[in-house]
Amino acid sequence: MNELRVFIADDEAPARARLKELLADIRAELPTVVAGEAANGLEVIERLPACGAQLLLLDIQMPGMGGIELARHLGGLESAPAIVFVTAHDRHAVEAFELNALDYLMKPVRADRLVAALRKASAAGPAQRERLEKAGKQTNAGAREFFSVAERNRIVLVPVAEVLFLKAELKYVTLRTRMGEHLIEEPLVAIEREFAERFIRVHRNCLVARAAVRGFERGNSGSSGAGSGEEEPHWNVVLEGVAERLPVSRRQWPAVKSLLPEAKE
Amino acid sequence: MASIRQNHSQNALPEFRNFGVMARALLAVNLLALAAALASEADGGRALDAFVQSTVLVEPPLLASLVLLSAAAPLLRRMPYWLACAMVLALALALAAATHAALAPVAGTGMGRTLLFAGAATVVVLAYLTLHRRAHSPALAEARLQALQARIRPHFLFNSLNAVLALIRGDPRRAERTLEDLADLFRALMSDGRSLVRLADEISLIERYAAIEQLRLGERLRMAWDLDQAPVDALLPPLILQPLLENAVYHGVEPGTGIGDVLVRIERRGDRVHALIENPSHEGGAGARAGNHMALDNIRERLMLFFDADARLEARVEHGRYRVEIDMPYRRAA
Repeated sequence: MNELRVFIADDEAPARARLKELLADIRAELPTVVAGEAANGLEVIERLPACGAQLLLLDIQMPGMGGIELARHLGGLESAPAIVFVTAHDRHAVEAFELNALDYLMKPVRADRLVAALRKASAAGPAQRERLEKAGKQTNAGAREFFSVAERNRIVLVPVAEVLFLKAELKYVTLRTRMGEHLIEEPLVAIEREFAERFIRVHRNCLVARAAVRGFERGNSGSSGAGSGEEEPHWNVVLEGVAERLPVSRRQWPAVKSLLPEAKE
Repeated sequence: MASIRQNHSQNALPEFRNFGVMARALLAVNLLALAAALASEADGGRALDAFVQSTVLVEPPLLASLVLLSAAAPLLRRMPYWLACAMVLALALALAAATHAALAPVAGTGMGRTLLFAGAATVVVLAYLTLHRRAHSPALAEARLQALQARIRPHFLFNSLNAVLALIRGDPRRAERTLEDLADLFRALMSDGRSLVRLADEISLIERYAAIEQLRLGERLRMAWDLDQAPVDALLPPLILQPLLENAVYHGVEPGTGIGDVLVRIERRGDRVHALIENPSHEGGAGARAGNHMALDNIRERLMLFFDADARLEARVEHGRYRVEIDMPYRRAA
């Protein structure tokens, strides 16, 4: 048995049915089995890791989460599937796929194209994360809506909108939300660049959500968790929803200070 | 059938029943009266007094002629252009003379002056309205209309074809119906956008469009139709409603993971036709789609080309629902 395990993600039921029909048609040439199906991005995140899919046929225009962002989150899985993007008509996406050598199909899909794409993608393995990142930028889908924490065979999504601050520690970045903490493996600089509109750097190792800034306090006023800046007077930033005070470096202070009138309206 | 080509032939009287035409005529005549007052009196304050006094003589014949002209519009339209112009002039002069005679004690000027002003004002306003109309001349308006011809999203075409392909083996009859609907839709899209269509035809078009979307989206699209009070014989520019419904599905239903309720309500309110299309708003939320209001501007401009200032299109978000409303004059097929 050498069947390729294929997962189908498309928000339109007829489109999923059509792909299954085509997979059945090409069975003699390329044996496949449908490992799972999903109708939106979040369902893919939920269902795909557990079903051992080797290849994902992914519609790029789905509710919940765009196809390219989804592919980036899946890349963190230990056994990430190879991905073939499917699109009805999206010139920008097709250009980005071409530029970054990502596999894609156009709807309506032809059987012979499907065979070729499945062969090529499954031979090449999971798409490289940098290529997806670049493609994401080129389609100007904008910044991601989620951070993802990949566990062994599970993906935990943290909505970017819920993150209050990010702190770099050794090789990890800690995401702090109202609910708790998550560790992700992404360079802080890259996050700063991707989400320049949402987060502002307050310190060499720390980004905070602009919208969460409530005020500033003197650093030597004896608050907890102020870090190492106790010798010198400095400012701490006060965030909504967390007790922790984060030190602002002298270098960032002018830029950070200017947030306050906005924050107070 | 009414068409923009007929209405906008080179030498034609303004449409006296159009609100925009009336507003322009009112404004123009009053500006002329003000200019006359300024010209006759050197001192600014005295000129203003003179203007206020002159309004007593100017407004009654002005309003009366606008009312009579809008009543006589069909009659005037059947006359040769120059004769119709002469009739308008005669009407204005007669009304001015009658007003002057009735108000002689307070008039303060001679009959000749009144008639001279009425005649000059009528000629100037007619010339201005004709020029205004030529600025929106047939050639120009047609070129703009063709450029504005609503276009369906390719995304919709390819997804629909894909959905039909999925039906062919399992449900060939539904596949046939869907292709027929697609054919009707594209026939309308490729038709000449210059003729007015009956509301009944536009409604059947959006019903066909909705049937195709229903096939693609299944239970995610929940359509509600409120068309009992729709004046099916009303005339409107083609493809005014379909792009709005397409927007409602594209921005309101497709980005959502749950059920999207879309409401279409069309009704007659006196001599107006009122249409409402409402869908869930995803603005600013996850999955919101970039929209640049192209479709809305496009429809607004087409409404303007057909109805001038007499039609309105408004869009707003209210209680998480996106609402587009159109208010236009109720014109019936002849």
